[in-house]
Amino acid sequence: MSLAEAPAQSTAAAYWRLQRSELRLVLGRRRNLVLLLGLAAVPLLLGLVLFFTQDTALDGQGPAFLGRVTGNGLFLVVASVFLCLPFLLPLTIGIASGDAIAGEASAGTLRYLLTVPVGRTRLLLVKAVGALAFAAAAVASIAVVGLIAGAALFGVHDVTLLSGDTVSLGAGALRVLAVVVYVGLSLTGLVAVGLFFSTLTEVPVGAMAATVVVAIVSGVLDTIPALSAIHPALLTHHWLDFAEFLRIEPDWGVIGGGLAVQAAWVAIFGALAWSRFTTADVTS
Amino acid sequence: MTAPATVVPAVTSPVTAGTAVRTQGLTKRFRSGQVAVDGIDLLVPRGAVYGFLGPNGSGKTTTIRMILGLVRPTSGQAWLLDSPNPADVLPRVGALVEGPGFHPYLTGRANLARLDAADQTSDARTADRRASEALERVGLLAAEGKPYRQYSLGMKQRLGLAAALLRRRDLLVLDEPTNGLDPQGTREVRLLIRELAQAGTTVLVSSHLLGEIEQVCTHIGIMSRGRLLLQGPRDVIDSRGVARVAVTVAPGHVATAAGVLRVLGLDVSIEELTLGAELGTLAPARIPEALVHAGVDVTGFEVRRPSLEQVFVELTGEGFDVAR
Ligand SMILES: Nc1ncnc2c1ncn2[C@@H]1O[C@H](COP(=O)(O)OP(=O)(O)O)[C@@H](O)[C@H]1O
Ligand SMILES: [Mg+2]
Repeated sequence: MSLAEAPAQSTAAAYWRLQRSELRLVLGRRRNLVLLLGLAAVPLLLGLVLFFTQDTALDGQGPAFLGRVTGNGLFLVVASVFLCLPFLLPLTIGIASGDAIAGEASAGTLRYLLTVPVGRTRLLLVKAVGALAFAAAAVASIAVVGLIAGAALFGVHDVTLLSGDTVSLGAGALRVLAVVVYVGLSLTGLVAVGLFFSTLTEVPVGAMAATVVVAIVSGVLDTIPALSAIHPALLTHHWLDFAEFLRIEPDWGVIGGGLAVQAAWVAIFGALAWSRFTTADVTS
Repeated sequence: MTAPATVVPAVTSPVTAGTAVRTQGLTKRFRSGQVAVDGIDLLVPRGAVYGFLGPNGSGKTTTIRMILGLVRPTSGQAWLLDSPNPADVLPRVGALVEGPGFHPYLTGRANLARLDAADQTSDARTADRRASEALERVGLLAAEGKPYRQYSLGMKQRLGLAAALLRRRDLLVLDEPTNGLDPQGTREVRLLIRELAQAGTTVLVSSHLLGEIEQVCTHIGIMSRGRLLLQGPRDVIDSRGVARVAVTVAPGHVATAAGVLRVLGLDVSIEELTLGAELGTLAPARIPEALVHAGVDVTGFEVRRPSLEQVFVELTGEGFDVAR
């Protein structure tokens, strides 16, 4: 007596079958959808406020691109992403990544996945991709709604960059897309941190909160001049470097540096999560 | 802990058709220092229905977690379907461990679909049909579309069983499958186990209630405080401990009857019209025979085998309660 069915699918097909299931689970969950809706509301509200106050509210405040929104709807995307970066996006990432393993542990589903069996490395990978997909969905929902609301309220035109130069609408849109992609990639380090916390506990809320706290503490440390030596390595230090894409000649060194720091956080916390999860006793 | 592990040979036939589960000196000491499982040698022959019995906290679930590769043994080793590496054989093993666990906001069927999607060796094309069969088998087809969080405890337990039955298994490991079920549900689980066993599936089933599954077991292992006190075929276990005989006679025959029993070498205790004695090695049939021969009017005769619980109490000197 042995397996009734021979392996019916290739390893890759088998991987994607579980990955699809995971994406449906993450993106179909009501709590997560509400989060995405919340993020999507930011550009809408911001756009409406700017539309009715016509510039005066934010004129002269904050980074230059905030003041440009009323002149060009494309800037609503950038302004919205900027507003969400300090807290709303870290919160979203914390919820998605902190829940990854701890959520399954607390529901009692982890032991059943592992006895199916799903290899622990494979499961961690599937969970990481699920959390990253949610991070991408979060940034994308801000961007898409920002673009639509911006276009509807202010129209889209050739883009006047921060340096004062003007580029065509197509080139400007590409730069805004680059900003959004950079912000998305800037969040990967935090996803890895959350994933690691998620392997430490059976209490998802604990892992979520710890992840958000890491982002906030990193932001606080970044403002303390005495710690300037460690600033470049901080998780959040390079988040605002997306502004490089709004200069006529982006400094690719700055952009590359920001991405390298994220890659380092991903490597370190990915490895920690892996070594923890592949050796831990599952008693949940 | 002074009670020595009393282990009777577990395999009756000399031909071993392989074992479904075997452990050697399996031990788990948790980081808290608690020794949950203390050097046990489990032996579940293929084709057996193995009742893994013991009070709450005796180490059954921890043992099962080690067998399934969820928890790493502190020392000792476990073989599942003769493989030292559980991952290789787990597709052939259905498991229910420490209660069901599902996503509360997914329906019963969606939860099964997720588990099936996780199985690298299962056929996606037959997933729906197999899920329906499993749901049907546990009587949950009518509630398949409800979110799991709306299930009653018994329905949740049934869904757990359905997950274990998603495909044909060589071994089912069922940890307390009757928890939360009403007497009718418990009977159904027993019936299910019997059916599966008849179809050739080996079943390792644990319970902290001795009586609930005892009847369907071909083999029994008894745990206490992390130790396997006793294991072996059911009949061998049953013949342990002392059987008692109770004879009831008509008024006026008590003295004669007592005399006859004493002649047979029994140590008789009398309570009104009932005479009781430990049976020892005497064949029970000789008792009514001798009594009738002596002209005693026998109105009742009963041989009482000790229950598993009594065997347990004899072995440990303690009751079948939470030990720690
Ligand atoms: N994760 C854990 N950490 C520490 N002790 C544990 C853990 N899990 C179980 N135990 C202890 O191990 C013993 C055996 O538990 P368990 O295997 O669940 O018993 P059973 O399933 O027979 O009721 C109990 O005393 C329990 O408190
Ligand atoms: Mg238990």
